[in-house]
Amino acid sequence: MALQGNLRDFTITQLLNLVNLARKTGTLVVEGPSDVALLTFKEGKLSYAQMDHEDNSLAYILRRTNKISSSQYRTIRERAYQMSDKELGLLLINAGYLTQEDILLSIQQYFINIVQRLFTWVEGFFRFENAVAPPDGKITVRIDLENLIIEGSRRMREWERLQEEIPSLDMALKFTDRPGTNLRNVNLSVEEWRVVSYINPRNTIRQIAQAAKMSDMEIRKVVYGLIQAGLAEIVRPEGMPPPITYRPAFQSNNKVEQKSLINRLISRIRSL
Amino acid sequence: MQTVKMVVTGPYNAGKTEFIRSVSEIDVVSTERKISSPAERMVKETTTVAMDFGRITVDDDLVLYLFGTPGQKRFDFMWEILSEGMLGFIVMVDSTRPETFREARSILETFRAYAPTPYIVAANKQDCQDAWDVEDMRYALRLDSRVKMLPCVAVNRETVKTVLLELLYTILAEMETGQD
Repeated sequence: MALQGNLRDFTITQLLNLVNLARKTGTLVVEGPSDVALLTFKEGKLSYAQMDHEDNSLAYILRRTNKISSSQYRTIRERAYQMSDKELGLLLINAGYLTQEDILLSIQQYFINIVQRLFTWVEGFFRFENAVAPPDGKITVRIDLENLIIEGSRRMREWERLQEEIPSLDMALKFTDRPGTNLRNVNLSVEEWRVVSYINPRNTIRQIAQAAKMSDMEIRKVVYGLIQAGLAEIVRPEGMPPPITYRPAFQSNNKVEQKSLINRLISRIRSL
Repeated sequence: MQTVKMVVTGPYNAGKTEFIRSVSEIDVVSTERKISSPAERMVKETTTVAMDFGRITVDDDLVLYLFGTPGQKRFDFMWEILSEGMLGFIVMVDSTRPETFREARSILETFRAYAPTPYIVAANKQDCQDAWDVEDMRYALRLDSRVKMLPCVAVNRETVKTVLLELLYTILAEMETGQD
């Protein structure tokens, strides 16, 4: 079945996590605004990566990682342009220019760099093509995704932490009742002052963001800072009704009667 | 006469109204309105603004009500009201629209916060060619392996029955283990 979508809704980190957990084999094609990336996986490990608008040859990769000089790169391009990467790699090892480890480390470094660049893509479409292998003649590796996922997660963590700290923008703010605190003595940024000027239990955080022309992320950052500094606290907005007290679903507290009720429901739905 | 209720929730256009319509013995009392937003109108013409309401009579003493929540975020003030006293809830997710998965996760967490009742997740529109695989959706929704996630086609009564039954089995199992 289709595994495709938009990076706005499903980040590269989430995709890598899915591939890792499901131990997928195939190629992830990511079409960004200026390039197309191909990431190939074997049983949940990264085996190959390339950017469409980039020289993905082994010679280029070795030049990027300073394993060969510019003149060696030019010579290889001129004389060995018909060779596959595997053939070129063997030639360089047999000629004693490089070791197998040199080549594999360079390739790993290059593939990881491609994935790291993908973390900055927030726009684009992706699709996962099952069982599609890397192009012929390319050297493959096996890179665990965990470390890559951790790095991607770090970038998302700040946003998620802010969402946890301030789960709803429909709450209001009030100044804390701390005697001796004088806002004039606190070093606030322009954005923070703008938010401070709207703090009032009648204004929701969302309304403050609109008035101060801030995004969800920006207002959360500022509010989080004010809360951490002990200047403000989150309160229920004036006029908002208190939360509804949860009432249990069953009229009876008797467990046997409750189970009997569920079994009657099961029988009825089976008979539909 | 005792009445019990289950809630069917999920993002906009996940198939909640169709789900209830497939098993309700009455015509679903729906509060659908023409969609005003051009972007949302591209997905469907009308949407639920307050709730959907279906009924399954069990016997002379017991009736099950199915409540469908409005999917659009601006009507989320209804969610808390609808969740009061529910036996359990079903989170419907449109398998063909990964852009709604994050919202589905958020709705799930919101309902869990309202009431710690049993729930299951239904991967709807599994008959569509571009539907995500259920297991891929489980990873995408970051669901614990203990949470039941079932394939579903909301217009197909049999799959809807299976979803309802699985929720009831979950409720029964949790009662037996002494959990909430």
